[in-house]
Amino acid sequence: MVKTLAEKVWDAHLVRRHEGEPDLIYVDLHLVHEVTSPQAFDGLRLAGRQVRRPELTIATEDHNVPTEDIQLPIADEVSRLQVETLRQNCADFGIRLYPMGDRDQGIVHVIGPQLGLTQPGMTVVCGDSHTSTHGAFGALAFGIGTSEVEHVLATQTLSLRPFKTMAVTVTGQLRPGVTAKDIILAVIAKIGTGGGQGYLIEYRGPAIEALSMEARMTVCNMSIEAGARAGMIAPDDTTFDFLAGRQHTPADWDTAVDYWRTLRTDDGAAFDAEVVLDADELTPFVTWGTNPGQGSTLDATVPDPASFDDTDDRASAERALAYMDLRPGTPLREIAVDTVFLGSCTNGRIEDLRAAAAVLKGRHVAAGVRMLVVPGSMKVKEQAETEGLDQVFADAGAEWRSAGCSMCLGMNPDQLAPGERSASTSNRNFEGRQGKGGRTHLVSPLVAAATAVRGTLSAPADLGD
Amino acid sequence: MEKFRRHTGRVLPLRRSNVDTDQIIPAVYLKRVARTGFEDGLFAAWRAKEPDFVLNRPEYAGASILVAGSDFGTGSSREHAVWALLDYGFRVVVSSRYGDIFRGNSLKSGLLTVLVDQATVEKLWEDAESDPAAEVTVDLEARVITAGDFVTAFALDDYSRWRLLEGLDDISVTCQHEADIVTFEAARMHWLPVTG
Repeated sequence: MVKTLAEKVWDAHLVRRHEGEPDLIYVDLHLVHEVTSPQAFDGLRLAGRQVRRPELTIATEDHNVPTEDIQLPIADEVSRLQVETLRQNCADFGIRLYPMGDRDQGIVHVIGPQLGLTQPGMTVVCGDSHTSTHGAFGALAFGIGTSEVEHVLATQTLSLRPFKTMAVTVTGQLRPGVTAKDIILAVIAKIGTGGGQGYLIEYRGPAIEALSMEARMTVCNMSIEAGARAGMIAPDDTTFDFLAGRQHTPADWDTAVDYWRTLRTDDGAAFDAEVVLDADELTPFVTWGTNPGQGSTLDATVPDPASFDDTDDRASAERALAYMDLRPGTPLREIAVDTVFLGSCTNGRIEDLRAAAAVLKGRHVAAGVRMLVVPGSMKVKEQAETEGLDQVFADAGAEWRSAGCSMCLGMNPDQLAPGERSASTSNRNFEGRQGKGGRTHLVSPLVAAATAVRGTLSAPADLGD
Repeated sequence: MEKFRRHTGRVLPLRRSNVDTDQIIPAVYLKRVARTGFEDGLFAAWRAKEPDFVLNRPEYAGASILVAGSDFGTGSSREHAVWALLDYGFRVVVSSRYGDIFRGNSLKSGLLTVLVDQATVEKLWEDAESDPAAEVTVDLEARVITAGDFVTAFALDDYSRWRLLEGLDDISVTCQHEADIVTFEAARMHWLPVTG
């Protein structure tokens, strides 16, 4: 029987299937962080349960941690208690933790792949919706709630119905200055924030195959912003080259690679839905509204809500423009920002920092603009410093920080003040996401860097020589 | 989890679509380690900023059925969104489309998320706006919503319905399949990574 990639991985993890009930699926890797786990560990204690497979579980501190003065205790008492609670839980239940200050600490979705723990064909879950990132390796990876976190801790399984499948085929070839972030923002604008609900997306086609692993992670990361719980890309030589030599990769490498090569959608396998996008037509993409589907090309103007046929879309656009303090018809390039944030599980990896640094080299952040550069992990930070990227950012007037989720969601001190506007390489432009009253435009690392230099939303091509 | 059989209450009409979980409860409330007491975080930004926001209006105080626009609960996986709704006093949410993770979380925590067509949402909004005191009954056993003369069926799979009706905890159900888990574990591929 022909199968899609997703079906192959699902079927290989089937513990139990019974008519009329959800499937019971085995979890190969459970990633834990401080925000969505304390209530799950409490539940285990109340029921007198243990963690079934602590050796298939890792934990990191990422959401709450400050990105400056990390050698000091966390100043925010509530954040500190949450981080200390994770430390205690990991000690009590025997889970490997990468705490603040550790060489391998970082955003949960950056360190999994970095440690070689995320591998093709695995099931990976975490109490975080951007777990879809790991799908870039051909893993079945998705976010879960705290009840499910407790379920996985206790049983190493999940009770779940199979996802429907959607193929997003990206044909053609990206033009210079256009990135993976622009692909995924264009996909979300095309199918809407609800378009992928109930689906797992498989990204395929020549433009996807041409992407590096880091770029593939950016695409899969934002599957959830299209409503899909998971995104996947079939593993290939790019994947195997990325993994080769990393800690935790199989000693029996050849056997593993032989298996991994079978993880492709069979010819003739049917998807429940199909979407096609032409990479040749893509240009840098930015958002103007308060959900990730409210975006358009940088060349466009702020849309007139009256131009939306659907009454719901019109009302949403009206609310969004009021919140964002934008007027219809304003060229997006004229929108001035106060802050530029480069980082997050979407765009906080070494290639993202390299791309932005290449734009900033020999240039300076515009007067009145603050630029924050937050590496996705301490290893990314170390690598960037080896390459001298930290100096490029410092010379340009940007702030160079330590690893964490930071201003993506503002649970640490890195926040927008009310009314402030950012160009951000993160994944959500929701109201108040980066700080109460803050206004967010989602952009690629290249657009972030060019925007920092000009002070208004810009692409590198706008900088001239 | 508390059993859910049938609930009668008043409706809070939330005429907004794409209500993400960051709006249901902002991240600042997620720093807590307890499982209860999240009612102060529910729609905190909108309550603070918009005096006329439905949750601030006295005629809707005590409403326990939230009727929202499409794509309710998109975005972040935070189960705190479900806890905040429950802690505030909501037992049912009605919408024409939900974020997948939010829906899953709700059904595991005893918050009934009812899926209906947009016309039903509009009808319930209009009723609640013309008479905020009107009561609506959501009957999980019969899978029917009754609002005065208006009666409409809603879909929910048998398994989720059974778990809610019985107030069952998923973990104890899964623990009954221990033998299947052990068998599966014995056959896992030997190269799969272990941490430590």
